[in-house]
Amino acid sequence: MTAGTAVLDRRAWHETVMGMPVSVHVRGERVDGDVPAAVAALYAELRAVDAVFSTYREDSEISRLARGELRRRDCSSDVREVLALCGLARRRTAGAFDAHRRLPDGGTALDPSGLVKGWATERAARHLARLPGLDWYVCAGGDVVGHVASDARPAWRVGVEDPADRDLLVAVLPLRDGGVATSGTAARGDHVWDPATGRPVRSQLASVTVAGPSLLWADVLATALFVRGGEAAPAVAADGYEVLLVERDGTVRRAARR
Amino acid sequence: MSATREPGMRRIVVAAASTVSGLVLVLAYPTSLNRQAAPATALPGSGQSQSPSGSAGSGASQSGSTSGGAVTGDAVMTQWGVVQVEVQVSGGKVASARAVQVPDGNPMDQRINSIAVPMLEQETVAANSAQIDVVSGATVTSEGYISSLQSALDQAGL
Repeated sequence: MTAGTAVLDRRAWHETVMGMPVSVHVRGERVDGDVPAAVAALYAELRAVDAVFSTYREDSEISRLARGELRRRDCSSDVREVLALCGLARRRTAGAFDAHRRLPDGGTALDPSGLVKGWATERAARHLARLPGLDWYVCAGGDVVGHVASDARPAWRVGVEDPADRDLLVAVLPLRDGGVATSGTAARGDHVWDPATGRPVRSQLASVTVAGPSLLWADVLATALFVRGGEAAPAVAADGYEVLLVERDGTVRRAARR
Repeated sequence: MSATREPGMRRIVVAAASTVSGLVLVLAYPTSLNRQAAPATALPGSGQSQSPSGSAGSGASQSGSTSGGAVTGDAVMTQWGVVQVEVQVSGGKVASARAVQVPDGNPMDQRINSIAVPMLEQETVAANSAQIDVVSGATVTSEGYISSLQSALDQAGL
């Protein structure tokens, strides 16, 4: 720790929610009082989101909507909000991000999970944001949203995982407010789907990391850039989001607004 | 969390206990061959909480003995048998770890033992030297988390 944090208290929590490891770290002069309840509320909110949005649960609202058992207008306000954001994301990324994915047999599948992750994490973090004078971050399956309460305190140092070796980092990004998201092919994880073809993305990129004011949009943009091969990175950077591209040959390229 | 007033000592005990729990977590966690979602038994004082009451689960409890920088964790029944880990702490960091009781009933157990302990030692050192707080990566599975840098960072704070 640096000199500025020598007298700060720091605690961490960890639970598995939505099939993901979710870590919470809080730093401040005193990490007690309202903090444990806020952290508990954060995890409870993520579990509630999972019950609504999990495509692995047959009885979730999103699964029922996807099967046609529910109409969009009969869905809860959260589902309608997420679907509206998915539409916005599709337009903003010219279709590189799309909650509707073409299936090999010709149909389409509704799966907003890629947006739900950042949306839910950022929203659940509001329980922490309400606490005055505290620095915090939430890391949900590699998506990070965080806040540092004072300019006198150091930014969170976000290590960007080397896609070729998970024990190594390719870069460290400072985070004072906002989010950092990474998209890519995990060793034994879900594929990133190309919505246009319905097949896994085959890219010369190993991973894309986006950092900026909103975790939700960092996540959407990282996914979109990974699908499209990174050529839109300068445009994304002009929008206020920093981009890190790691190619399969190990080359690292960065795009940031000057 | 313990109420001790000595921050240095507290940090050593918590870090050691957390890493002990973390090592046990690694050894107890199912491999990709076993699709069970959660460990079969509750682990002592670990940061992981699976209960519906949603306890935040911070703070590792430590009921082993502390002497000359060695901390021995509880003996824990895991899916593969009884596991107990001893951790050597130096300067508030984990210097080394070894399993003092390990399941050795079949070849799978041996492979897990040889992979898990050295990996966590290495990651703790790597995270410390880079002085990072958190890791962003495309690893989204709970399986991947267990042996990840983020796990080592969480152990330092649990």
